[in-house]
Amino acid sequence: MIDQLTVFLENTEGRLAKLCRALADADVNMKALTIADTAEYGVVRIICDDPARARDELQEKGWRAMVTKVAAIEVANRPGGLADLLGVLDDLDIPVEYGYCFSTKGDRAVDILKVKVSSEADRAVQKLEEAGFRVLAQSEV
Amino acid sequence: MARKDDVLTMGRDQIAALQLEGIKKTVICCYENVPFYKRSFDEAGFDPYGVKSLDDLRKAPFVTKQDLRDNYPYGMLAVPMEDVREIHMSSGTTGVATVGAYTDHDLDFWGDCFARGISYAGCGRGDVCQICYGYGLFTGGLGAHYGSLASGATTIPISAGNTERQIRVLREMGSTILCCTPSYAMHIADSAIAMGLDPVRDFNLKVGIHGAEAFSDGFRAQLEQKFGYKVLDVYGLTETMGPGVAVECLEQDGLHIAEDHFYCEIVDPETGEPLPDGEWGELVVTTLDREASPVVRYRTRDITRIVPGTCACGRTHRRIDRLHGRTDDMLIIRGVNVFPSQIENVMREFDQVSSWYQIELTTSNSLDVVTLKAEVDPRFDFDSTGAIDQLQKSIQARLKTALSVGVRVRLVEPMSISRSEGKAKRVIDLRG
Repeated sequence: MIDQLTVFLENTEGRLAKLCRALADADVNMKALTIADTAEYGVVRIICDDPARARDELQEKGWRAMVTKVAAIEVANRPGGLADLLGVLDDLDIPVEYGYCFSTKGDRAVDILKVKVSSEADRAVQKLEEAGFRVLAQSEV
Repeated sequence: MARKDDVLTMGRDQIAALQLEGIKKTVICCYENVPFYKRSFDEAGFDPYGVKSLDDLRKAPFVTKQDLRDNYPYGMLAVPMEDVREIHMSSGTTGVATVGAYTDHDLDFWGDCFARGISYAGCGRGDVCQICYGYGLFTGGLGAHYGSLASGATTIPISAGNTERQIRVLREMGSTILCCTPSYAMHIADSAIAMGLDPVRDFNLKVGIHGAEAFSDGFRAQLEQKFGYKVLDVYGLTETMGPGVAVECLEQDGLHIAEDHFYCEIVDPETGEPLPDGEWGELVVTTLDREASPVVRYRTRDITRIVPGTCACGRTHRRIDRLHGRTDDMLIIRGVNVFPSQIENVMREFDQVSSWYQIELTTSNSLDVVTLKAEVDPRFDFDSTGAIDQLQKSIQARLKTALSVGVRVRLVEPMSISRSEGKAKRVIDLRG
């Protein structure tokens, strides 16, 4: 399991740019960013180096930021890579709350998943490893 | 005259009889000595000599702050100037000042009323009372001062300001009673903590008697935790006397009205009709033995209610609830009276949002639309999908129940609600 930085943003012009600038000023390097948005607000989920420090620096500057545990899983960068992964969880009836993918190296992609019931997270990770998936540590993403 | 202690526990019948006597005397005194009352009673067809029961007082017209202003400076005096010992004035920030005048007798019972708060806390002789309300025309400072003197405590009239000196005196003089506004008490606590002190260990405080501003239960809890003392709320206003019209006892379940000096009614702020005990409305005060500045049915514009039932402390004087706000703050939304404090109370039930909120009133298709903006608290787990929508819906549902008005809730980022001098502007009315 790895730490993900989550930031609450109002859906107004320039907020995302300001957030990215604040992260840059804090010397935080992002690996992936995804936004779940509504007309009024957005929830920005970020994979970055040192999420705890990023959170503290953002909080101090008045942003609402938090750190959440998510699973980072390596999948083959080919058609059906994610389908195989989700199939394992579906067979086990472990619902996924949200997920997103990013490709880092040529033949491998990384999927980020948050399972709906946090107490099932460990079981999900264990089952995925048993099924042959590589679950990444913070330093590996 | 009954002994002072007995007055606080006398039977309801006795209190009613005493109040009826006081009302009769007051309405006649006002009618005979204050031209304003003669005119207004006559216009309303109210016969001051015909009062036979407490309910008869309802036939008397109200007196408002504007009436007092119109009669500035001495028009409302019911005694010759030579009998007036002291004059106070309410701040004239919203218009002409209103004047409160006191005879020896008036000053005497003022001190007695405030001293009740000190004795409710189990304090008096042997205690050290530090008064950091401002001294001057404002009734806070001298009201607490007379109360402290009457209680037998040692009085330190330090007045407001110079927080470092307040802290030094609290430490070095070992003050046990702190009288000031709640916000100033918090400032003293925070300043002491910032100086590296522990107010619980380094101060000797037993009780804080805090009034002149409305404050929430949460604020009280914070103060009590920081100082390790009990906070008693005190109510009063210059137009009826000053602090001491009502004070909380250690039960902290409403403020005991000094019913041997004041008769209180709760009325609907819109219609002026009396409301039954337990219902929120505007407090209306009639003085029973005030000599220099008596008032008959003074509309305080403060929103409270009579707390139903009797107090566990055993005192029989009825209680008003902690203030809900002022009629001036009242919003009329789609015909329903709404007080910002009601919204605040609901917000406090949700620790996912901070206490900073703003109410925005707009019009859409000639209907009022209320939007409540609330700042997300660090304790809120907003990462879960749907958590924000869910929270907005829960707050909306609670507000709908509490206010009988639909309110749109919108969560916003911290610090996005503007603050000026630490105070947020709570209501923005953009209705055309």
